Amino acid sequence: MRYKDTSDLEISLLLEAIFRKYGYDFREYSQAHIRRRIMNRMAVSGFEDVSQMQSKVLNDETFASELLQDLSITVTEMFRDPIFYKSLRENVIPILKTYPFIKIWHAGCATGEEAYSMAILLQEEGLYDRTTIYATDFNQMALNRAKDGIFSNKMIKEYTSNYQMAGGKESFSSYYTSNYDNVIMNQSLKKNIVWANHNLVTDSVFAEVNLILCRNVLIYFDKNLQNKVQTLFYNSLINGGVLCLGSKESLRFSDLYEQYSELDTKQRIFKKKY
Amino acid sequence: MQYEAIVIGVSSGGMNVLKIISSSLPLHFNIPIIIVQHLSAHSDSHWIKLLNEKSHLNVTEADEKEKIKKGNIYIAPPNYHLLIEKDKTFSLTIDERVNFARPSIDVLFESAAEAYTNKLIGIVLTGSNSDGSKGIKRIKDCGGLVIIQDPETAESEYMPKSAIATIVPDYILPLEDIIELLIQLDQQER
Repeated sequence: MRYKDTSDLEISLLLEAIFRKYGYDFREYSQAHIRRRIMNRMAVSGFEDVSQMQSKVLNDETFASELLQDLSITVTEMFRDPIFYKSLRENVIPILKTYPFIKIWHAGCATGEEAYSMAILLQEEGLYDRTTIYATDFNQMALNRAKDGIFSNKMIKEYTSNYQMAGGKESFSSYYTSNYDNVIMNQSLKKNIVWANHNLVTDSVFAEVNLILCRNVLIYFDKNLQNKVQTLFYNSLINGGVLCLGSKESLRFSDLYEQYSELDTKQRIFKKKY
Repeated sequence: MQYEAIVIGVSSGGMNVLKIISSSLPLHFNIPIIIVQHLSAHSDSHWIKLLNEKSHLNVTEADEKEKIKKGNIYIAPPNYHLLIEKDKTFSLTIDERVNFARPSIDVLFESAAEAYTNKLIGIVLTGSNSDGSKGIKRIKDCGGLVIIQDPETAESEYMPKSAIATIVPDYILPLEDIIELLIQLDQQER
């Protein structure tokens, strides 16, 4: 089926409606991605066009929250991109060791796998007790799952291999207990993680931090929104603080590129200049 | 008919055919080519460098927000979906796998069909799953030209067969003839 020529307009009106009714702002997201997610939901739910679906979104909060889940990507892994975590250990941990207290912000943490990875790494480096990790996301459902710290057994083999490739020093199985089809992350990893609802698009600076990780979130934003969020990160970092982006995300096109030096160009690790 | 882009989906057996395609197209081949090749999530970009060394064209990994330009062969990075925006730039996402694949051919093809409508050429080559079949249908529905590698000549026949079962392609050809046809279509552009 070829979509109607008015579908772009209808999608833009739907995003406006979602923003005005529910406060979630997808108006500056990459369009091809948003279109794909909306059209999938439309097909699954049997609507003929986006306008028809808009009426449902405005009048049915349960349906609206399903659509919000569609538009919020929670795909993540423990030690996703192991080489990145290796570089973090080698290039960033020595910087963190110079501070008496450490604040880390995981922006867009989804279901929390990367925040737990960070807690493991810090524990092994003897830094966890003086660290606070702020793990934030706008998706409350994902945050609740992150807080529980219960993950499917199926993924453990891959996570273990990631952990080893990332330079892990212990046996990965010492960080969780198995329970039927799931594993539960150790309580000692959770104690210094603060899970909080924060929306990068509409919320502002909430702390001054030493390290920000925001990986594979900005790819979903258009250039203008990317720049806005980069400014938010810049204002949240102390001088000499470190910013980590996803392996395909760049600062090069950002207005703030000159304000950072590159700690690891390939792994996208940047240091805010003094 | 002015074609503005070529999208290619290829899976198992792809390394060989991509080597042949990238080394056979002439220096002044104008239409940009965008390729999804299924790969393991941890594979590096070394093979793209090798393709580039043997090609008259610039073979490169597609970059986020990059503008699509002639003279380039773009390859989707491993572990990301590659989409095309209506302003002819790339988007990357880490959405869940589609047809067990990330990058998925369907995801590239469907977004390309929306962006280029009838100015798009879609090609399905060797492979052993059904990724690309839904996408090639969208390309056809939007008026694009559809070419499938003759399953009898493909290293792995499953993917071309699956595409042929979904739509009636404009051409079913062995690889050498596909390359010949692309060169002809490109020359008609001028």
